Amino acid sequence: MYSHGSESLIKQARLIKLLQGKEYGHETVDSLQRLHLILSATKYTRTLPLELQKRLLPLLFSPVEQLQVLSSAVLREALPFTGQADIYKQDSNGQLNSHAAALLLSQAESRDDLSALCAQLLRSLENRPSEGPNYSFTHTLPIVNIILTHSPESLTEDNITLLSKKLVDWLRYASTTQGGGASSGGFFTGSRSRQPLPIAELDGTVSGDFFTVLCVGQVFTEDQWMNVYSFSMLRHWLLTFHSVSGGTITDAANKLQLSLSLSHSFSNDDRSEIDGSVVSMVSATSSSSRLLPPKERLREKAFQYCQRLIEQSDRKAQKRTDMDLQKACLVEAVSILDCVCVEDASFVYRVFPCIKALFGRLSSDLTFTRVLLPVAQFYLNHGEMAAVDCDYVWNLVLGRYPAELFNDPFLAHELLRFLRLNLENVQLQVPQYTRNFPNILKFLAWDSPAVVDDFVDLLPSMVTPASALELLHTLLDLPCLSATLLLQLRSMFLPISDSGGRNLALMDAFRNPSYRGLFLFLLRSEAGSGDTIDRLSTLLELLSEAADWPRVVQCAQIVPILLHIFFNTVVKVADKKLLGQVILVLLERSSLLLNIPKYITEIHRVFSLQLTSLCKLHPSLVMDQSHELLEFAGATSNVYSKQEIYTHVVLVLGEYLSVSYDARCSVKLITSCFETLEAVLFEITSSAPPPGASCPAPRVITTLISALAKLASRSHDLIPRVSLFLSKLRKVSSGGSVSWCEDEEDLASIVTLGEELCALLKTPGVAQSVLNPPPHVTTPQWHQDANVAMPLQLRALTTLMQGHTSRSQQTPTSPSPYTSM
Amino acid sequence: MVVAFLIHTVCPIGALAPGESRVLYSRVFGPDETLFQDGSLRRQLNAEERRLLSAEKIAIVARQVQSAVGLRREASGRPPTEALPGEEALALQEAESGVLRLCRGDPYWRELSAMWFAVNSLAFVMLCEHHENPLLAEGTLRSLVRHCLEHLHMLGQGSEVLLKSSRVDILLSRLLPHGQLLFLNHRFAQSLEKDLATLK
Repeated sequence: MYSHGSESLIKQARLIKLLQGKEYGHETVDSLQRLHLILSATKYTRTLPLELQKRLLPLLFSPVEQLQVLSSAVLREALPFTGQADIYKQDSNGQLNSHAAALLLSQAESRDDLSALCAQLLRSLENRPSEGPNYSFTHTLPIVNIILTHSPESLTEDNITLLSKKLVDWLRYASTTQGGGASSGGFFTGSRSRQPLPIAELDGTVSGDFFTVLCVGQVFTEDQWMNVYSFSMLRHWLLTFHSVSGGTITDAANKLQLSLSLSHSFSNDDRSEIDGSVVSMVSATSSSSRLLPPKERLREKAFQYCQRLIEQSDRKAQKRTDMDLQKACLVEAVSILDCVCVEDASFVYRVFPCIKALFGRLSSDLTFTRVLLPVAQFYLNHGEMAAVDCDYVWNLVLGRYPAELFNDPFLAHELLRFLRLNLENVQLQVPQYTRNFPNILKFLAWDSPAVVDDFVDLLPSMVTPASALELLHTLLDLPCLSATLLLQLRSMFLPISDSGGRNLALMDAFRNPSYRGLFLFLLRSEAGSGDTIDRLSTLLELLSEAADWPRVVQCAQIVPILLHIFFNTVVKVADKKLLGQVILVLLERSSLLLNIPKYITEIHRVFSLQLTSLCKLHPSLVMDQSHELLEFAGATSNVYSKQEIYTHVVLVLGEYLSVSYDARCSVKLITSCFETLEAVLFEITSSAPPPGASCPAPRVITTLISALAKLASRSHDLIPRVSLFLSKLRKVSSGGSVSWCEDEEDLASIVTLGEELCALLKTPGVAQSVLNPPPHVTTPQWHQDANVAMPLQLRALTTLMQGHTSRSQQTPTSPSPYTSM
Repeated sequence: MVVAFLIHTVCPIGALAPGESRVLYSRVFGPDETLFQDGSLRRQLNAEERRLLSAEKIAIVARQVQSAVGLRREASGRPPTEALPGEEALALQEAESGVLRLCRGDPYWRELSAMWFAVNSLAFVMLCEHHENPLLAEGTLRSLVRHCLEHLHMLGQGSEVLLKSSRVDILLSRLLPHGQLLFLNHRFAQSLEKDLATLK
């Protein structure tokens, strides 16, 4: 355990002394606050002496709330905490206040602890006296909610039934008059005739229906408070305890019939079980709602509550915060209705008209976008069942929203979460998802760091054979899209005649009709109009001004990650023809990238890696694309400007252009490849690099030399040419330094390699097998192949030998056929 | 349900390494999650280690939010404005806000959303379950931040926050009792604010 600082010891001693007194004043509060600060300032534990803990416990029930809060906070930091039983005992009238309960909750270590706490709270709820101070029970529901999150099993069946009934009461039968009417002391003269005022709606009109969170009054009664608390936890309750009913068709039909007959009879005059007043509507069926078991009754009341909320949200609220609350209530109401319909499909027919009307009301208003996402979820879950065409919903959500509201971080988070959580269904039911991927990527282009995690999950589903190439181009153009979105936003806010500010040229270009089409291509909503544009280089040139904008730079940093994901997915869904086209895109785009310094290097690195792994997976691709690969390899400028890719192109050519990988490979092809590479090698080793370029990396040269050797080993006529070149190389470099290689050690390594290959090529047969190893050598199988599993054999032998030695200590170990190896 | 609420710094502090954030206030609602998830972690840690783990998780969240805030401020290109005490309403209007996804295991066992508001050099973060009502969460967080700025005067140096933890606790017990988000219309909110005012 850690030793206490002397400061804290002094403080604790002082505190104990203060607590020994009867009155607790400012000093006590101050000391407690500082003690809490000391305890919480370090992540390592400090122990509180038991005596201090004991003295703090009574403070939990002090009438001064700040003392309750502080003692609860201090004891929360205390380890170990042994005072649970004491708290329950201290609690004189069976009521745990909020802060004491918080302490018990945070120190709970097992489901039993939670069950005990839950039982205590519910007991005090049931046994409460008719008058009690305000807020004394409002903490019950939040704590039950936490218990539901961590350990729903802590609630017994009785608890669940009790709470279900209470929730129904609070939600549906809370008072419809304002509180605090006649409690003005003992004076009744004059005020006795005052009627309690009715509650009002948010737009000021008198409320004509049951109380909900969207009703207002001057003072609220306790059950109206509980109405708020109940609705706040309703969805979680329904999700936890009402599992999806997987009944048979007859079950569903029965439920449907029951609910349809009940729906005609439900009215506002349904009375509570506990309230014993007369049922005002005399109808045989109106009381049948009481025949429903508690769960079903709660579900029915939840439905009514949500319907009322949706209707109330149409009213014009007078305050801004209330307008925001109306939106939040709509989201919650639609989610609860969705939950209810998932549990009991017979509700769909009752709920759907309501949802459809809501969508119609809100779809044209862009301030309600986040409200319409749960509506979209509802359509996704139940649209098929209700046989409704949902196209207009998806066109809005995946078409209009990303195009116009890409810069709303909350909408982005929620929309992408919706897609992630429903990915399977979306892929099946929503064709707009793959069609509108350029639109969805706008979220990524705008705020890459915040949403990149979501796209790591979503990107694989966007890769289809039809969209793969266009998607690859779009990913490479993401920084350009980022810049364009910025331009789009700025052009909306800046007047056309604004001459101030930088980036004038780029803004002009954005507005210039002759370049408009280029930018519009980037801003397109739907895929399918072409993989990329012809004048991409013009666009890139225009946008080079934007290469240092922070947003663009942030976007550029995440593109390599997404490219890796793209390639990992595309090999699974694409056929060889498509993969060949992907390689062509790689080669083409390697020079068509936005000129952000590290971006180009990173992308080239990704390309190189992926090119090699694609060719390793399908070696015949090299044969299919040999023409373009040779064209790339033959351009000497590529050695200097795209070194990384060049190296790997040469590598795959040398490795896979062979009859053993593809029978179509002819001697003529090998020879032409050889000649191309030889020419380039000759050129770069005979002169200094062109002005502005640095010397080629030694790796390029060694790769070229190795490739030539490999090709020569397959067509032996070429061997003399290689040998000639390598001996020339040796002669040239024996003079010391050369203009194409700065480091002497590197030069020496190159020459050594040349000599080794030369020697190897003197015996063409050996060269052939060394430079073209058969697959089973390059992909060892170890434990899978009994003949090759050397480690296994050795281990078995050792065990045998040791066993043999221990059994027969006199006889020497007999020679085994393997020991000579 | 809200899992935790914290206030931490988002500007560089001399005493800390760059990229590190100081957590000025943190409150986790409910029991320790490691005890109630299935898995071997439950049996391996004693109370002290669990407490350390909990504090480390909060620190990780603070660091992630700090970097999110930094990136957002860099991307928006707005020059950093320091709102002075007395300009709370303006500060709230100019505050940046956003939401961060915390994947499963990183660092909490279940997937969470970290909603944040950054005002000057402080960030106020609310960790919610990922299926929580996002509009309600945003509204509640905004309300909490407004209270902290206006009534608890947190626009000054961050060190004041350290000494006001009990008042933040009381604020939370009204607006976010035990982590429960509440649907409060303006009348209910007024009633709570009156109650808070009497406690000062």
